[in-house]
Amino acid sequence: MNARHITLAGGLGILVALPFVTPPYFMHLLIQILLWGFVYTAWSMMGRFGFVSLGHGAFMGVGAYVPALLWNYYGLTPWIGIPLGVALSALLGLVIGYPCFRLKVVGHYFALVTLALSQVVMLSIVAARDVTGGSLGMTQNAVGHSWYALQFPDKRYFYAISLVLWLGGLAVWRAIDRGIGREALDAISEDEEAAAAIGINVMREKLRVTVISAALTALGGAIFGQYLMYLNPETVSGIAVSLQIVFAAIVGGMYAMLGPTVGALLTISLNEGLRVGFATNFIGAANTIYGVLLILCIIFMPRGILGVLDRVSVREPRAKAATAE
Amino acid sequence: MDIYLLEAIINGILLGGVLALLALGLNLIFGVIDVVWIAYADIVMCGMYAIYWLYAELGWPLPLACAVAIVGVAALGVLVHLLIIAPILGSAPINQLLATGGLLFFLQSFATLLFGTEFRNIGVRLPIIELGDIYISYARLLAFAMALVGAVALYFFLRRTFIGTAIRAIAQDRDIVGLMGVDQRRVYLVTSAIGGALAGLAACLLSLQYDVHPFIGNTFGPLIFMICVLGGLGDMIGGFIAAFVISQIISIGGYYTNTELSYVLAFTFFIVLMFVRPRGILSR
Repeated sequence: MNARHITLAGGLGILVALPFVTPPYFMHLLIQILLWGFVYTAWSMMGRFGFVSLGHGAFMGVGAYVPALLWNYYGLTPWIGIPLGVALSALLGLVIGYPCFRLKVVGHYFALVTLALSQVVMLSIVAARDVTGGSLGMTQNAVGHSWYALQFPDKRYFYAISLVLWLGGLAVWRAIDRGIGREALDAISEDEEAAAAIGINVMREKLRVTVISAALTALGGAIFGQYLMYLNPETVSGIAVSLQIVFAAIVGGMYAMLGPTVGALLTISLNEGLRVGFATNFIGAANTIYGVLLILCIIFMPRGILGVLDRVSVREPRAKAATAE
Repeated sequence: MDIYLLEAIINGILLGGVLALLALGLNLIFGVIDVVWIAYADIVMCGMYAIYWLYAELGWPLPLACAVAIVGVAALGVLVHLLIIAPILGSAPINQLLATGGLLFFLQSFATLLFGTEFRNIGVRLPIIELGDIYISYARLLAFAMALVGAVALYFFLRRTFIGTAIRAIAQDRDIVGLMGVDQRRVYLVTSAIGGALAGLAACLLSLQYDVHPFIGNTFGPLIFMICVLGGLGDMIGGFIAAFVISQIISIGGYYTNTELSYVLAFTFFIVLMFVRPRGILSR
């Protein structure tokens, strides 16, 4: 256990020290990895219990656009705008989650309903083009370095924010993992009827994790918007983003705490590596390889990279438990 | 009645024909193999590129290009089943959906690699029919007629042939059919091939109306899943009706508001109906 703490402290130390030694380009990559890692982690909080949502683009879009619009049109600080966006997103999660869980919309039906949700949000943003700039996207009114506007041209600030956010995401994951609800959720993902029969409040457990997941995804979207200072409906919501979230989380391994982050690390490095390697005359190469990787990953290791590693290390205690029975 | 509204309704019916054809193929695969091909619309996109390449680049006659595209896309359907679906047939259905999602990424980016992101048109301009004050595109009318022919042909195939009967039987009870001496693997392959061929036919019809680009699947894809689910899993008639309901929402909604809002309306309608009638519009 002690060695584990040292590894943890060492890893954290490296992450904190990184901004002082890295060139801006890598800083940009690191921020992206942390922010996407956070969003993927938020998605996996639902995904690991068997409700695969293809609608997280909706939550991200709401989280990104609400503070940006409030800032541009009413000068409202993101310190209020972001919580509003997060709350709206959580509400959206509730509105879509409640009937889904009540009517037992599961499996690919749940995936398709949430997919429709992400299309609704994306197309609404495009349709409201007078306000949101439509498909052309929008930029937040820039004011330079400002805590009030949550705008920092210096990337190190966003690195720190992303790091805190990411650690917070892991803490929430851990809280869910350790909490009593985890057993209930595991039971629900195994057999919902049986779980209900032994007195688990299926509805409450599912809704709780959905609302948390939606809220955190929105938060990730909001910070992403503040960092990039440019929003586009295609890049923060809609089917493409929703699928991107799902796949990176799966490749990394949605059952392990660091799995989604590994997914972010892997997909972003792959993307950048191929982009640099093939230059721009080879658009699409990255996603071609990405697509093949995904298919192979789902066929050969549906638990993801960390899932495979995890199983190797976990096998022994599992076997013991089996003999004890 | 307003003449433009009437035109919108007629165009909606014509659009519904193509959507119904697309939903039919997806529904067949959905109902028989119990898999959602998220990349179905992107397989259609492959067919559209095949037609563009054969006809506009290589100068083949259009009917030949279309025939090759249909056969090619049918073969692609078989490949998708053999390479992606068959290895994970036993795992959770959501994994199969996600694996074809990987295929979606692959096809879209591969098309980008080969053809770039430009919009390409095969350059066939069919005449526009004038009925009094109403203008109807001949391409749409043709697409509608072909979609009906395709649906009827599929109906007779499923009713009158042995393999068609086997396909319907599997959709009803997967386990018993094996005991009746039906080779499940063969039925799945034939189903995938038919699903692919329908996608190829849809590609021919869409090529006459739309420009092809790598991301065209994102426009149609979500719509046809909605239609399939709305119609009820494996319910061909329900799917047919749902296609026309959705296309009317889009067409009439587009007339009163704008294109995006009409899609928002259609997707919202889908979500609400999922809660009201989770088993499809024709269910009791």
